Amino acid sequence: MVNHAKNAEAFNQDEARTNWHDETLWFVREKRDKASGQIPEWEALRELASGIKDHTLSKLDVYLEEFEKKATENGIKVHWAVDAQAHNEKVFEILSDHGVKRIVKSKSMLTEECHLNPYLEEKGIEVVDTDLGERIVQLAEDTPSHIVLPAIHLKKEEVGEVFHNRIGTDKGASDPYYLTEAARQHLRQQFLTADAAITGVNFAIAETGGIVICTNEGNADMGVHTQNVHIACMGIEKIIPRAEHLGVFLRLLARSATGQHLTVYTSHLHKPKEGSELHVILVDNGRTEQLGRPDFRNSLKCIRCGACMNTCPIYRRSGGHSYGSTIPGPIGAILSPGYDLEKYSSLPFASTLCGSCSDVCPVKIDIHTQLYKWRQVAGAEGHIAGSKKRAMRFMGMVFGSPHFYRKVGRLMRRAARFMPNKWIYNRRNVWGKSREIPPMPKESFRDWYMKNRLGNGK
Amino acid sequence: MRVALFVPCYIDQLYPHVAVATLELLESLGCTVAFPLDQTCCGQPMANAGFEHVSAKAMSVFIDNFDLYDYIVAPSGSCVLHVHEHIKAPDSSRPFSDRVFEFCQFLMDVLEVKELPGSFNQKVGLHESCHGLRGLRLGVSSELRKTPYSKPAHLLSMKKGVELVPLTRWDECCGFGGTFAVSEEAVSVKMGKDRIQDHLDHEVEVLTSTDMSCLMHLDGLIKKERIPLKVMHIAEVLNG
Repeated sequence: MVNHAKNAEAFNQDEARTNWHDETLWFVREKRDKASGQIPEWEALRELASGIKDHTLSKLDVYLEEFEKKATENGIKVHWAVDAQAHNEKVFEILSDHGVKRIVKSKSMLTEECHLNPYLEEKGIEVVDTDLGERIVQLAEDTPSHIVLPAIHLKKEEVGEVFHNRIGTDKGASDPYYLTEAARQHLRQQFLTADAAITGVNFAIAETGGIVICTNEGNADMGVHTQNVHIACMGIEKIIPRAEHLGVFLRLLARSATGQHLTVYTSHLHKPKEGSELHVILVDNGRTEQLGRPDFRNSLKCIRCGACMNTCPIYRRSGGHSYGSTIPGPIGAILSPGYDLEKYSSLPFASTLCGSCSDVCPVKIDIHTQLYKWRQVAGAEGHIAGSKKRAMRFMGMVFGSPHFYRKVGRLMRRAARFMPNKWIYNRRNVWGKSREIPPMPKESFRDWYMKNRLGNGK
Repeated sequence: MRVALFVPCYIDQLYPHVAVATLELLESLGCTVAFPLDQTCCGQPMANAGFEHVSAKAMSVFIDNFDLYDYIVAPSGSCVLHVHEHIKAPDSSRPFSDRVFEFCQFLMDVLEVKELPGSFNQKVGLHESCHGLRGLRLGVSSELRKTPYSKPAHLLSMKKGVELVPLTRWDECCGFGGTFAVSEEAVSVKMGKDRIQDHLDHEVEVLTSTDMSCLMHLDGLIKKERIPLKVMHIAEVLNG
């Protein structure tokens, strides 16, 4: 069971660090504002992207089969995996066929979701994450805290410490240029000595049977070009119908993610290079189940830009790890309960329903509405603490009866007025830990209205 | 114009002066205001906590009290949004979303107010409540790439003497969020502190908002820390 509130409280113990985390991500949000503001048709573009995704999801089977057909014609080997285990087994099968001992992997949230790294390592295959942020968390034996900025929770001094211990940089060195150059040299060795490459997929185009991978470091390309076996792993929702749709999403993706116009590398792969193999694994892992939930299906429109994380005032002040799920933040809080409601039932409550996530989302997922709906599912299916349930039932009764409501209101105000402060600010009064309770006036508005407008003191 | 006043439960019980200011300003703008006496709560506190199903009675109390009226006004964006989204009027051709108005929304869109009586000589910081801003679209949120406007800000600028102070993160959530304020206490408090600091950094004297719930949370923090910052509902400022 993930207890987001408890994790968030721990994160907030160090206020200076919370401020630093908040400001770092807000800076990314501001970059997004600037970049999106340069496109006059931004809102129309969001609408178009949302429409394309809605359409695609309504015909997902058709487009997936079209993709399989075209990709196969191009010489790509297409595989289907019903869940994480099937995906991992398929990857291992391909790697075993080629006697692979070490792989280079560019960023793929899907392989994180499937826990591919520990699976392969158990089978004796070394996995080297080649995205800089992912490599940092891998060397630190940590997990990503953000889908676009995996190591955003670490300061450069901490990265320096990890690099000193793991790849031999100078002790105490924290200069970003020095550390990045060291990582570059270290990763270059990995690319040259690996046996296969694994990448994620940002978009798969049904019409052409090609895949598109977006990176800023060119590490996907380094893997693809240095290895003779390339496995690209993708969730089935990554499909788009036509090549002409790609531009819509590419214009939105990088701007929403980091405020760049485009990612530095946008790689289009349509067939294996001479003498090599290109495998694409299409993974379901709960996606068709989500597709079958009318209230939650459009969460599958997500293009993994991370903008909802950068904008979320709770994410910025609780950190990605507080969500305890592969995908953190608002989008994670509507995806994760679909996998395991009991485990992730606290996540839809890690929100004030402020709606910033929905307004920033480049494909217009109604994230905060879905958070509200997951709360109702959690409430109805008994995943909310008994004390809260009893309190809510009582409130339901109070507000269900005008007479009872007035009586309880009067009693509460009177009790609070006469109670000594130390009784009010007791340990169980969570509100009162850092906040004064509101004033407790002698009369309600209704009392005032009776006296002053109806001339009736009752 | 005949208007029914919908006073959210916590305003009725804890902030009666806010409802009085709302009533007085509506009256001074020429409305005949009725206050249905048996109103309680729209049911939002339970619903946002995952218990919409226990709020059915509260919703039917709302319908009993207000279905009669064509214009229903409340000094709260959050409660109005909840009514719009979750309370079904018995006659589907008269949905509550067409008839229930947040106070500023009513002043701007229905009464089309061009001037306000009196003056208010203070440096005012506007806290845009999320449910008013992104829910009811009382303005354009900072995420959207549309021509900026804000109904509450427009009304404040109409009020003589008000110096409306620009803020850095002008539409970031204050962290109240209903039961969130208690169940996620640490983050809620941090968000509130950060909002207050933004107002202090810009030398705000009076922090105002369309929603008293945001202000209850912020004022709780302000009072605990004895910060010299006054909190007032926008109806009080506009009526001042």
